[in-house]
Amino acid sequence: MTIHDTSLGPLPAPPASPARRLAVALHRHPGVRLGGLLAAPLGWMVVAYLGSLILFFITSFWTVDSFSGNLVTQPSLENYAEIFTTEVYRTIALRTVGMAALVTVTTIALAFPIAFYMAKMASDRTRGTLVVSILLPLWSGYLVKVYAWRLILSADGVLNGVLEPFGIRGPGFGEVAVWLVETYLWLPYMIIPLYAGLERVPGSLIEASSDLGARTWPTFRRVIVPLVLPAIIAGSIFTFSLTLGDYITPTLVSNTRFMGNVIYDFLGVAGNQPLAAAYAMVPIVIMIVYLLVARRLGAFEAL
Amino acid sequence: MQLGRGTRIALRLASGAILAFIYIPIAIIVLYSFNSSRVATWPISGLTLDWYRQAFADVGIRNALSASVAAAIGATIIALVLGTLIALAVQRYRFFGRETISFLVILPIALPGIVTGIALSTAFRSIGTELGLLTIIVGHATFCIVTIYNNVIARLRRTSASFEEASADLGADTFRTFRRITMPAIRTSLVAGALLAFALSFDEIIVTNFTAGASIQTLPIWIFSNYSRPNQLPLVNVAAVLVLLLSIIPVYLATRITHGEGATRG
Repeated sequence: MTIHDTSLGPLPAPPASPARRLAVALHRHPGVRLGGLLAAPLGWMVVAYLGSLILFFITSFWTVDSFSGNLVTQPSLENYAEIFTTEVYRTIALRTVGMAALVTVTTIALAFPIAFYMAKMASDRTRGTLVVSILLPLWSGYLVKVYAWRLILSADGVLNGVLEPFGIRGPGFGEVAVWLVETYLWLPYMIIPLYAGLERVPGSLIEASSDLGARTWPTFRRVIVPLVLPAIIAGSIFTFSLTLGDYITPTLVSNTRFMGNVIYDFLGVAGNQPLAAAYAMVPIVIMIVYLLVARRLGAFEAL
Repeated sequence: MQLGRGTRIALRLASGAILAFIYIPIAIIVLYSFNSSRVATWPISGLTLDWYRQAFADVGIRNALSASVAAAIGATIIALVLGTLIALAVQRYRFFGRETISFLVILPIALPGIVTGIALSTAFRSIGTELGLLTIIVGHATFCIVTIYNNVIARLRRTSASFEEASADLGADTFRTFRRITMPAIRTSLVAGALLAFALSFDEIIVTNFTAGASIQTLPIWIFSNYSRPNQLPLVNVAAVLVLLLSIIPVYLATRITHGEGATRG
């Protein structure tokens, strides 16, 4: 009777195949093992993705010859000068940032009640159902949802049809529509991190606050909000960034131009890739600053 | 926890109102796809399945549907491999730049989509790659990696590395340990991550618009180029419901598999 007859015995020594030799080498050198794991994905992310971003940044210093339409690769600050000195581009940048901020604030206000209900009031069963109901629209149907709002807000659409008996009309297409639709689109991105943040707030802290005489509002403002601030900032990364670069929503439900539309038109209509790149640096720089601040405030742990 | 009766009722009502706000537009688009009228007026005039029949016979929609499925499957496969590798490296090893990697993975969805789109299209043009299905897949895979990564890393955090060590101690080599120990442990998180990646890819338009070129249309791009044509309106409605179904069903399955774990992270 050999030891191999028992089910708990060591595995039989495998034949010394090339795969086996490779496995042994990998086992002896954790560094090589790590390198093997990371080579392909880092190659992809660094070469394909970061490489593209860097090339994109470099092209923002190129220009397009206005006669031949050819790319001039001589570095210049011409595109940046055009963007910073042209009134309309500044206005559009400010309008876009303002819209992103407004959408973020609105989503925070709308997310709080339902996130609080999910985290602190709902039964386990209801909570599970609610989490799924928020996750489904978070992951799916972006264009479809914008398109649905187009049908709702159009002149003879659902909203006006429903409001007609009361003698009022909906906002129609325009900046209010953009605000409404962006809020609608990105609301789940705020609810989920806020819910996760609220769930981690110990009930005992809230009880202690009320035992010490604080009513609902002071408890909310001085205990709950500071504790879930990282979660709010984590959610706001998405609501802010996604609004900042959205060119589909303004196209479908307004005639107003936002940064995304201008970049899109520079590339498509004007065929001026370098100018598009230069203008795209505005949202990129804003988001990088935003991400750095968010990281300092501990938002990444809440992500 | 002490909450006034009024506050509790108000919170309950507000939650219901927000759920209604989220789901009513989705219900409306589904309803309109059955609308017997050619125009989208309210209330709808009657119900018909005719547009579905026409949509499935429409060459443009059929081609777009198969392009979308091909792109989503391709992107999901690449993201599965790359996302799993990164998750294993970040969760099971300590090395310089580890934090930066998790940052890098999330960057494609944290930066405005238009940036990722134009940057990739600039790169494709400069190396002379013809825009088409392949470039769509590359773009989609780049932002889909995060869904696999998040799901797998959440699972690895809850699976002790000591199982893998025990396997090695019992004589299994690196590959065998992966096949027999690591893989079974992360299998469902891979399925969930893949379903999310598929959904994310299937309804993507912002990046796709820049990486698709003129030769190929995904279903979202077909919708985007037809939505303003009044005579196409009924078919656009049907296409929209198709996109919705093919992205919402995978997400639903993913949440069932993981009970929300990992999937809650953007």
